[in-house]
Amino acid sequence: MSDLKEELKGKIIEQLNLEDLTVTEIADDEVLFGDGLGLDSIDALELIVMLDKDYGIKLADPKEGKAIFESVNSMAAYIEANRK
Amino acid sequence: MMKKVYINSVGSISSQKTFDNDEFLNDIINYHTTNISVVNPNYKEYLDAGSARRMAKGIKMGVVASKIAMDEAGVESVDAVITGTGMGCVIDSEKFVSRLIDNNEEYLTPTSFIQSTHNTVGGQIALGIQCKGYNFTYVHSSSSFESALIDAKLQLTLDEASTILVGGIDELGPHMIQVHGLIKHIKQEKTIDNLAILNSGTEGAVFSEGANFFVLSNGKENTCYAELVDVEILNTLSKERLEQQVRSFLNQNKMTINDVDVIVLGNNGDVSFDEYYSVLTNGLFKNTQHTAYKHLSGEFKTVSSFGFWLGAKMLKTQSIPQIVKLNDNAPKAIKNVLIYNQYRGENHTFVMLRTC
Amino acid sequence: MGASIAITGMGMLSAIGNNVQENYDSLVQGKTGISKISRLSTIHKDSIMVGEIPYTNSAMEAMLGLPKNHSFSRTSLLGSLAAKQAVASAGIRDISKYKTGLISASTVGGMDMTEQYYYDYLENETHRRFIKEHPLGDGTNKIAQQIGLNESLVTTISTACSSAANAIIMGSRLIKAGKLDRVIVGGTDCLSKFTINGFKTLMILSDTYNTPFDENRKGLNLGEAAAYIVLESDKIVKAENRKVLGYVKGYGNTNDAFHQTASSENGDGATAAMEKTLKVAGVNPSQVDYINAHGTATPNNDLSEGRAIIRVFGKKVPPFSSTKAFTGHTLAAAGGVEAIYSILALQNNTIFPNLNFKTQMKEFNITPETHLVEKELQMVLSNSLGFGGNCTSVLFSKEP
Repeated sequence: MSDLKEELKGKIIEQLNLEDLTVTEIADDEVLFGDGLGLDSIDALELIVMLDKDYGIKLADPKEGKAIFESVNSMAAYIEANRK
Repeated sequence: MMKKVYINSVGSISSQKTFDNDEFLNDIINYHTTNISVVNPNYKEYLDAGSARRMAKGIKMGVVASKIAMDEAGVESVDAVITGTGMGCVIDSEKFVSRLIDNNEEYLTPTSFIQSTHNTVGGQIALGIQCKGYNFTYVHSSSSFESALIDAKLQLTLDEASTILVGGIDELGPHMIQVHGLIKHIKQEKTIDNLAILNSGTEGAVFSEGANFFVLSNGKENTCYAELVDVEILNTLSKERLEQQVRSFLNQNKMTINDVDVIVLGNNGDVSFDEYYSVLTNGLFKNTQHTAYKHLSGEFKTVSSFGFWLGAKMLKTQSIPQIVKLNDNAPKAIKNVLIYNQYRGENHTFVMLRTC
Repeated sequence: MGASIAITGMGMLSAIGNNVQENYDSLVQGKTGISKISRLSTIHKDSIMVGEIPYTNSAMEAMLGLPKNHSFSRTSLLGSLAAKQAVASAGIRDISKYKTGLISASTVGGMDMTEQYYYDYLENETHRRFIKEHPLGDGTNKIAQQIGLNESLVTTISTACSSAANAIIMGSRLIKAGKLDRVIVGGTDCLSKFTINGFKTLMILSDTYNTPFDENRKGLNLGEAAAYIVLESDKIVKAENRKVLGYVKGYGNTNDAFHQTASSENGDGATAAMEKTLKVAGVNPSQVDYINAHGTATPNNDLSEGRAIIRVFGKKVPPFSSTKAFTGHTLAAAGGVEAIYSILALQNNTIFPNLNFKTQMKEFNITPETHLVEKELQMVLSNSLGFGGNCTSVLFSKEP
């Protein structure tokens, strides 16, 4: 699980061009959207594609992403439960 | 009552070190390739990491050049933002098309699609300065920037707006360079001396990129560079009809050939199309001071915004850098500057600037 | 607004017709142009629906009489046909008799060719003539050539989905300022894999017929279209004894300055654009008889635009409908298509139905017109909202 979390942090940084951040600077429970890391709706769409491409999980409705992408913790838990 | 229009500030990012407004081509860079990039300012000084992270180079150039111009004019916002770009956001477009083909339409992400929209720079500037006013983007080859100028000038003259940010932006992308080499729109020479390019005698141009922004206003400020007297664009024009069109442009501004102190020409060293400029330098403007700039800036669809920058700078400083002179007919004082450009024989533009 | 801007000609092709009359007939008969995609090859063909124009490229080449090795993209073919229709319908015989310009709008340009030959260009010479056709301006220049416009003000506007509406604004301003006597304005965009996949990544494409202003709307259908109108000054109208179809009474463009793609929740930009338009026209909200809404059927647009309409019109919202369920969202052409529909509404005193509406949106209580309504119309407002926060309204009127 912690490996998955590290992996996700790396992917978030790379996929979303957060070049000033390092993996260690993102806490597992840090809020990713809004006030926390400052991600927005375009980032959510990027993350939806990442779920599909890297973990085989398809989301049909972008609204579903809201709860899943709350933090690295919630993402990892969702992936563990749904990955193929 | 028609109001006059003034260029109150400039912001230029080009292949020369032009982003510092205190300088005027003091220190020239020569290039030896047929596609050249800009001299980048430190973008981080102007953009926070959050807003910059999705921006391809052209968007950064555009947003930062607009900030330089707004800083100099001492304004925090404007009534309207009008941009011109001949190719749009090439880097993101290429990224999206190539991924679309490479991945057979699967696993595509939205960022490059969103950023590829032609009005991205205009939209980003508005978002950054929270300008909720008029926001237009013209995408018409080598008259994109002048289209934006015409729009701005009409609004300022009719007093529909009082301060407008106008700019031209184009960026280079790898595929664009490749394919324009194949059709010989880019010169075929392996190495080239850019400062001598205007006499190359070969076909094609040296491709480049840049962003030039200006704060235009119908009120003259202390920072004023020049008055924008008139702008004209013509989709087609033959060499035989060129002088006639120049005359009527001068006529509509109640001017004669002798009123023009300096002519800024768009020569890019393409032997097939530079003859247009020779028509004027051997004809109507034989005894006028001739200047050119594409040996410094390279060629891109909105490069005439760099010519506009040059004209404005010459008027403000009342000086003509040696490096842009094509002949030696320097006037005692520079009052009127005519800028003429075309690309591959199409989209001809005339701009008249005057001291303010 | 000072000098009046007369509309004296119209021309268009869309998924519901190859000319203005066919479009009108489909609107009146409630006949949608949305279907499964047939012409473009895309892996999404079973998961999306579009508004396609049935003509093949070769059919249009023949209609325009182009030589074999021409370099027209589909965008330029559609645009040329529509612009020629517009010029003909205005009764223009000698286009250079008056100072004439062309302002065309596009977002796709030659992308249909670029995506087809992107790698082929590198290997083979055969299709390299299309490289120069990629940028939007080259397509516009081709359209100018087709209508015989030389040594003229010809330019292109690209502000995403509000592009053609903005071309109408700029054309009107050029006439108002006396810089030109006549301007042909509008837009053209063909369907391409680029835009289909782009909108797909934004997850705003519907897998079925789009349903503007419906509570359960799932997103938009893309469409292709070209639509142009001829704007003329009072001078030409008088001298040529023109039949005037309608007038551009007012216009406004603003920026939402909220987000790159989404509209602000309360439609600040759209509200400001409509208010500015009414102010320029010097009319009260109560004088507007019908609104041809942008109504793309995305969750975000319809909520934002609906709220903006309520903010401008208060308790007296005029009848409104979106015609996107007929044509799909035709991007840069949409403002031109809907300008013509607005003028047809005025000419025929008819409000076109908002197809596919079933369930009232819960956020507000305004409801689109779902049936064809005959009603005396004096003024019609048309909205066009786009990426980059771009918001445009244009007011069309029967009288100057």
